[in-house]
Amino acid sequence: MKANCWTGRNSVEVQEVPDPSILNSRDAIVKITSTAICGSDLHLLDGYVPTMEKGDIMGHEFMGEVIEVGPGISDGKLRVGDRVVVPFPIACGACASCRAELYSCCENTNPNAGISEKLFGHPTAGIYGYSHLTGGFAGGQAEYARVVFADVNALKIESDLSDEQVLFLSDILPTGYMGADMCDIQDGDVVAVWGAGPVGQFAMDSARVLGAEKVIAIDKETYRLDMAAAQGYTTVNFEDTDVRSALLELTGGRGPDKCIDAVGLEATHGASHVHLYDRAKQAVRSETDRPHALRQAIMSCRSGGVVSVIGVYGGMIDKFPAGAWMNRSLTLRTGQCHVQKYMKPLLGLIEQGKIDPTRVITHRLPLTEAPTGYDLFKNKKDRCEKVVLKP
Amino acid sequence: MRTDTHSTSRLRHDPLVRGLGWASALLGVPQVAAPAGFARALGVGGEFRHRSATTAVGVRELAAAAGLLARPHPAWLWGRVGGDLMDLTMLTRALKNHNGRGLGRTVAATAAVTAITATDVYAAVTRTRRSTPMELTAATTVIQSPDEAYTLWSDLERLPGFMAHLDEVRVTGPRTSHWRASAPFGKAVEWDAETTQEVPGQLIAWRSVDGADIDNSGEVRFVPAPGDRGTEIRVTLRYDLPGGALGKAAARYFGEEPHQQLDDDLRRFKQIAETGEVVRSEGAPSGKRARGEFPQHPARPLTEEELKEALA
Repeated sequence: MKANCWTGRNSVEVQEVPDPSILNSRDAIVKITSTAICGSDLHLLDGYVPTMEKGDIMGHEFMGEVIEVGPGISDGKLRVGDRVVVPFPIACGACASCRAELYSCCENTNPNAGISEKLFGHPTAGIYGYSHLTGGFAGGQAEYARVVFADVNALKIESDLSDEQVLFLSDILPTGYMGADMCDIQDGDVVAVWGAGPVGQFAMDSARVLGAEKVIAIDKETYRLDMAAAQGYTTVNFEDTDVRSALLELTGGRGPDKCIDAVGLEATHGASHVHLYDRAKQAVRSETDRPHALRQAIMSCRSGGVVSVIGVYGGMIDKFPAGAWMNRSLTLRTGQCHVQKYMKPLLGLIEQGKIDPTRVITHRLPLTEAPTGYDLFKNKKDRCEKVVLKP
Repeated sequence: MRTDTHSTSRLRHDPLVRGLGWASALLGVPQVAAPAGFARALGVGGEFRHRSATTAVGVRELAAAAGLLARPHPAWLWGRVGGDLMDLTMLTRALKNHNGRGLGRTVAATAAVTAITATDVYAAVTRTRRSTPMELTAATTVIQSPDEAYTLWSDLERLPGFMAHLDEVRVTGPRTSHWRASAPFGKAVEWDAETTQEVPGQLIAWRSVDGADIDNSGEVRFVPAPGDRGTEIRVTLRYDLPGGALGKAAARYFGEEPHQQLDDDLRRFKQIAETGEVVRSEGAPSGKRARGEFPQHPARPLTEEELKEALA
């Protein structure tokens, strides 16, 4: 089959690879009908996540049709022919974390748990196409994929919604939603979202669905801010304005009640000297992540507010504003999305028309043009917001 | 890390050790009693510096003799090796600066000391058994009840399914079993074990019986986890790693970190207990050998040959 493979820093290539096979009894094989490029794929592309190996298949946002199920899947849970969306974190469904709906912290699905434990203190779940730190599972930017513990990790789509309406249930829609959910939004809340990429857009939509009075989008790409403005959100361009002052102005001097970091470790900064400082530290590996958005969110949030982090971090940061966080009673909440927890309720919201995930799609390409898709998305060419690939 | 040695009593009756002790005494007495004569006998002259060096060597020999005969310990043998090297250095220097008189005797003495050095090295190496008693502990929590977790573990023949270094466990009797494991550097070790304690739902303990390649023992405790979270499984393994500190360092260099291995073993036990099998990825397709496989197979499907090998 054809698959989009990592071939070294800043390089992906569509290669011919063997077809997937069942390795565990509760596996299923899916013929992929739609797959997407995620912002976090760019962190892998850029080499910021360790333990990538040449030839790894990329991709953790995919859906398709079940063509084979392992012998361990009990009758009726999943059948050949089922149309499914696959959540990116692999959950076993049985461990204490899964029972507590902390699926991305599953205790059993990462065969390389010993390595992730060294980096993170405790191991995390396996993730498709997301380095060997998260298990070394083949990704979904391919014609076929193996789904692990498929009876827990495949959401059946039984209605006639299109692929594009449900594909993002695999990652970015639940991720954005969890960002808003962790904010514990109350009536009248002002929610500021750093990053108007696809996850940021869905965090904004979710904040509104959850009752936010005003939603503010912060970015520097005008086309992305335009996309947010089209939904009725207030925008702040950090290249033109000082973010903190703009936010104070927009909130009567209080600061946003809730702040969402939908940027993560490769943030850019309006002040070039600060950006250069972090970029240099990152280049010599004395800091792995550039946390501008996180710093700014903490400094901007009103006292007693919540800072919710869904942008990806991989290692260490410095200049963390611990004083602001501690003295102003801020709550910091975060996590890789527990997708399995949110898929069904979000499918409901899509069916009711309360959220339209297709609004972020700007490019549709055949799988064979995946490298072009990466280039468009990474370099923000052609007003690229979200690329969907068709095998 | 401690260095385990043969017991004092065994060395006390060791003819080689006793022989070396007496040799030290026979050399030491004339060196101390008549240093000038001894030095002349070696053909190195009788000046003051030669006499005092001879006296010093004599005192050292007497100390070694007293140690080896009265309180035998491999340290004395190693002391003798050190002394031999000193003597060889002095004799070599004497040969270099020789005035010719009695050169033959000096050459003979050097040859004799070389032979003695070889004997001492042999004795020191063979009488020192270097091994490292190690104790490893690790713990995990599984959702099963203590009884269920106990039942799963007490089926000893299943242990190789999740313990990376175990190749086979065969139950040979109601309380006995035969174990085969791979050791560092591809060596295989085997031993018979007996179950020393069995308290259903609480404890299993075992130890290797005499004649094991590596003496070992261990126990697993099953303790209810607080807050209805299942069972805490606490494992203790004790074994004598051959090769002492050097062996341990070498093993670590080749990727056999025992503590890490036990942690990974328990992780796989948890996978079996909670999901029914060891989880495989394309990067780590053969399950329990995951750690040994870095750099791993790329995260892409396996070819048919790779698949056969991984699932074997």
